Amino acid sequence: MTRRGWFLPIMATLGFGFLYAPIVSLVVFSFNESRLVTVWGGFSTRWYGELFNDGQMLAAAWISLKVATIAASMATVIGTLAAFVMTRFGAFKGKLLLTGMATAPLVMPEVITGLSLLLLFVAMESLLGWPAGRGLTTVVIAHATFCAAYVAVIAQSRLRDMDESLEEAARDLGAGPVRVFFDITLPVIAPALVSGWLLAFTLSLDDLVIASFVSGPGASTLPMVIFSKVRLGVSPDVNALASIIIGIVAVAVTIAGVLLMRQTKTLR
Amino acid sequence: MSAAAPRFAPTVGLVSGLGILAAMAGLGWLMLPTNVATVLSALIGLALVAFVLGRLVGWSDRWMVIAIPLLWFLVFFLVPFFVLGRISLSEAIIARPPYSPLWETAPDGSIEILASLQNYAFILGDSLYRNAYLSSIQVAGISTIFALLIGYPIAYYIARAEEPKRSILLLMVILPFWTSFLLRVYAWIGFLRREGVINNILMWSGLIDEPLVMMQTPGAVYVGIVYTYLPFMILPLYATLVKLDGALLEAAGDLGASPMVTFFTITLPLSMPGIVAGSMLVFIPALGEYVIPALLGPSDMLMIGRTLWDEFFSSRDWPVASSVAIIMLILVVLPIMWLQSVQNRQEQR
Repeated sequence: MTRRGWFLPIMATLGFGFLYAPIVSLVVFSFNESRLVTVWGGFSTRWYGELFNDGQMLAAAWISLKVATIAASMATVIGTLAAFVMTRFGAFKGKLLLTGMATAPLVMPEVITGLSLLLLFVAMESLLGWPAGRGLTTVVIAHATFCAAYVAVIAQSRLRDMDESLEEAARDLGAGPVRVFFDITLPVIAPALVSGWLLAFTLSLDDLVIASFVSGPGASTLPMVIFSKVRLGVSPDVNALASIIIGIVAVAVTIAGVLLMRQTKTLR
Repeated sequence: MSAAAPRFAPTVGLVSGLGILAAMAGLGWLMLPTNVATVLSALIGLALVAFVLGRLVGWSDRWMVIAIPLLWFLVFFLVPFFVLGRISLSEAIIARPPYSPLWETAPDGSIEILASLQNYAFILGDSLYRNAYLSSIQVAGISTIFALLIGYPIAYYIARAEEPKRSILLLMVILPFWTSFLLRVYAWIGFLRREGVINNILMWSGLIDEPLVMMQTPGAVYVGIVYTYLPFMILPLYATLVKLDGALLEAAGDLGASPMVTFFTITLPLSMPGIVAGSMLVFIPALGEYVIPALLGPSDMLMIGRTLWDEFFSSRDWPVASSVAIIMLILVVLPIMWLQSVQNRQEQR
């Protein structure tokens, strides 16, 4: 074991360094006075000020938040229903189809998902007259669909781990299936649904490719605006924005981690 | 009662689903009146169609609950692929929508079939597209190998770590995944460019006199892909390695096997499921990657995701873009089917 004694820690340290060095430098240079981003010109918070005066960026951020909230909520409902049907309904016709359709979005390249959904919307518009043009609605539908697949995976694993005798006991005591679902199943899987919602929210907030395909005029999401800015080169206010996002995520993940560890400790 | 599915009282299954939907949409209503109304009415419409259809055909209430996710994924996931396939058989025309119909009715009432496979013939016959596919497979494959080589020791280290440390390290792997993917790629621009962090450090330490050219090179694309998808490699690897029975390793050691032999005869074979799953999770998204080559790569670097994007957004040739997507879809489906068969074989053992 002596060989592994030094090899693994060094590799792991290098690996974590690789993961974190770019993120750290992003945050450090967001406080840089100089416009040249990677040349240090003294400490300053001026880019944060500029960020909050950038109307286009703020509008896009607001659109992205709206899209992510609605899409994540819809994805949670659809994904939970899909997971519930797949784990609790036994065999039914079309189960294989549903399982396939609820898993495939996870491994589908984004360009394919985006293009095929856009073509669907265009075909639907010429056949049914809905959706009229592309914009927020189409982005929300697209995000809800691929996020629902992620929620389904999380909800499914929780439903499988859950002790089904609880549900059976409630049923034997005379509770109807709906009552069992809301009184027993839902409270037990609630933590999984919360993390599913959060994951869906993050994925929606983060998506550039699918949104670029299915979005329309006046519905540019935040990643779309950032992408068009970043394509022209580095820009310090993007660093400031990145630092804010990283800060929020770090705080949230730390809180979640602490809660999780407390929970596992009390369970022991 | 255990195997039997729950019997749902009339219609309540459907109503409860709609109730949650309405409550959640109420949250969004404050933020976005018109669009939520549209989306919500579409959902309710979908549910109503399912309900009415169900009543007419005599579906049980259980089927009405199944219908909600099934219809949603059918309409917004499966049907789009048929639309994609249909348009790939058309020809680009200047009209709205910009593709030709599949058949035409002549004045004398006869039907002329216009559908053709010419887009496929064009793509497969054109070296530009062929090279784009091949180089995408190459880039995705090499990136996957690097992600595996970097990810495996990290996953192993985390799996062997003691408890509070293990959870903390795991959280550290997941944390970058929750931050924006686009901004993580952007961070590399600051690292790799001419006046970037790496060049600054190397110049300052006197190792180089001229700044290295790292941006807009294929190497930058590899780094970007490995960096972005590393967590997807580490997590499945960790999941299999953490289940590894330490007694097996001890036994091998007691019987005189060196750590290297133990690793290659026990640890590596037992972690195969994780290696396969992690490799798929890196390979498939990398195959269709657009953002990373667009931001970090040279403009003449052929990647199929980028070709599709340009075909659609710049050339506005929807039929060719659709054909490119269909061929890419086949390239993605084959490894997944292979993965499935590997998994099935393992379960049978």
